[in-house]
Amino acid sequence: MSTNGYTSWSVDLAEVGPVYPFQGYEVLMVIIGVVFWIGWHRIQFVREGEHLEKARHTGDEEKVKAQLERY
Amino acid sequence: MDGNLNALTTVFTEFYYWVTVVFMFLIHVGFCMYEVGASRARNHMHTLMKNIMIIPLVTVTFFFFGWWIYWAFPNFPFWGGLDTEAGAANLPWADTMATNLGDRITGVFWAAFLLFSWTAASIVSGSVIERIRSSALWVHAVLIGSVFWIIDAAWGWHYAGWMVRILGYHDAYASGVIHAIAGGYALGVIMVLGPRLGKFAKDGTPRDIPPHNPWLLTIGIFLIYTGFWGFYAACNVPVISPEAIDGQITGVTWTATNIYLAPTTLSAITFNFLMSLSGGLMAAYVVSKGDAFWTFSGGLAGIITASAGNDLYHPIQAMIIGAIGVVIVYKLHYWVERRFKLDDAVGAVAVHGYSGVVGLIIAGFVLWGVPSSPYEGYATINPIGQTAGAVIMFFVLGFMPGWIVAKMQAAAGVLRIPEEVELQGLDYAEHHAYEDAKAAIIEADKEELAARGVAAK
Repeated sequence: MSTNGYTSWSVDLAEVGPVYPFQGYEVLMVIIGVVFWIGWHRIQFVREGEHLEKARHTGDEEKVKAQLERY
Repeated sequence: MDGNLNALTTVFTEFYYWVTVVFMFLIHVGFCMYEVGASRARNHMHTLMKNIMIIPLVTVTFFFFGWWIYWAFPNFPFWGGLDTEAGAANLPWADTMATNLGDRITGVFWAAFLLFSWTAASIVSGSVIERIRSSALWVHAVLIGSVFWIIDAAWGWHYAGWMVRILGYHDAYASGVIHAIAGGYALGVIMVLGPRLGKFAKDGTPRDIPPHNPWLLTIGIFLIYTGFWGFYAACNVPVISPEAIDGQITGVTWTATNIYLAPTTLSAITFNFLMSLSGGLMAAYVVSKGDAFWTFSGGLAGIITASAGNDLYHPIQAMIIGAIGVVIVYKLHYWVERRFKLDDAVGAVAVHGYSGVVGLIIAGFVLWGVPSSPYEGYATINPIGQTAGAVIMFFVLGFMPGWIVAKMQAAAGVLRIPEEVELQGLDYAEHHAYEDAKAAIIEADKEELAARGVAAK
């Protein structure tokens, strides 16, 4: 058993193509990858929205002025 | 070099390793910037010098004995004696370890390994900043850089190493042989060294000690990424014929190989380096809730986790493995910090040590049954061999020597700086001449300015 189909390197490399594991599952891997990517955006939108909502109520006027002066 | 093709291959290989060495120098520049950025202003010069002096100390010791260990130790001491025949050409007095028109590879190959040695030592250096004595750290640097990591390389990162033959150990881009061992060694040292003053409140709650210069730290980590790319190339043999490998591969097709002389491509590792970096960055950003420094370190941890199998993984596998590794090491770092009150100043134990261990174990499952080596009779990659390899790297060759030597140094009173010095800052204590000179020249300039002002009136 081998996850990439090769159990030894006793082969002619001229006849070898892909050597990554789980060949045949490329589409599934892409789906998992895309879910990871889209999920990341979803988490980011939700978290940033919550953070900004909290942040808009925490500003102290004097401190904000000081920040403006600081440039 | 007889024949044009042989000459071209030899000179190309010589130039290839030479370029990787220059790239890898950036890893050390990055580590220096990262450490200085992470340390407080009163410890700058000391922190910088501590890391800079790793370069000459590890270089000369790697010349004297480190390189010989790699060639002599593949089966020593458990599975055979010292390989004195292979070691002979790599002794410091051998004519191949010098200017020699009959050998154009030893110098650049030695240097590629040497730069890995600097990295191993520099990983330990980061975790102990602001409280270790430089003299103590430099002994650790020589031990990890020129002894213990190169023993593990002989065992598990050599085409004939016993771990490769018997365990089927596979660690193409050094998850274990550099990162797990250096992280384990750092853990052993900081367990004895103790935390920086103020790191933990009286009730044991850990305090964050923010970096004094986040921008220096940012540039530092990006330089480490860049150098790491060179490191990946340095782990390969760029071009070799099946005849020269002299293993099971048939036909006449030349190939690039990993360190075990098993085939891979630069294209594969370029895919996988970037995808594991990306998976690590994305996961670290989420798990740390956007913490900048954990996100940067997460990119590194992602690559390190995937490195064991990045010669063979599919790019999406590299991305997911990098992401999984980062989540585990982030959680583990804070659990260990709270539970054992350990102060790992730059997160080196987590980013290098835990990532390396996790990466080795994952590779055992994802690459189960795949040949690690082109030679007959070698075990194939498997989870038990990889887990045993992770234990050997992290605990046996990393943690234990670091802990034992640090204990000896602590008993001799030469491990940690005095508390008074830690509070006033190492630069004040050890670089007072610099501070005095600075104060004197500022005062002199002020007097000059005042005198000119009077003259102008």
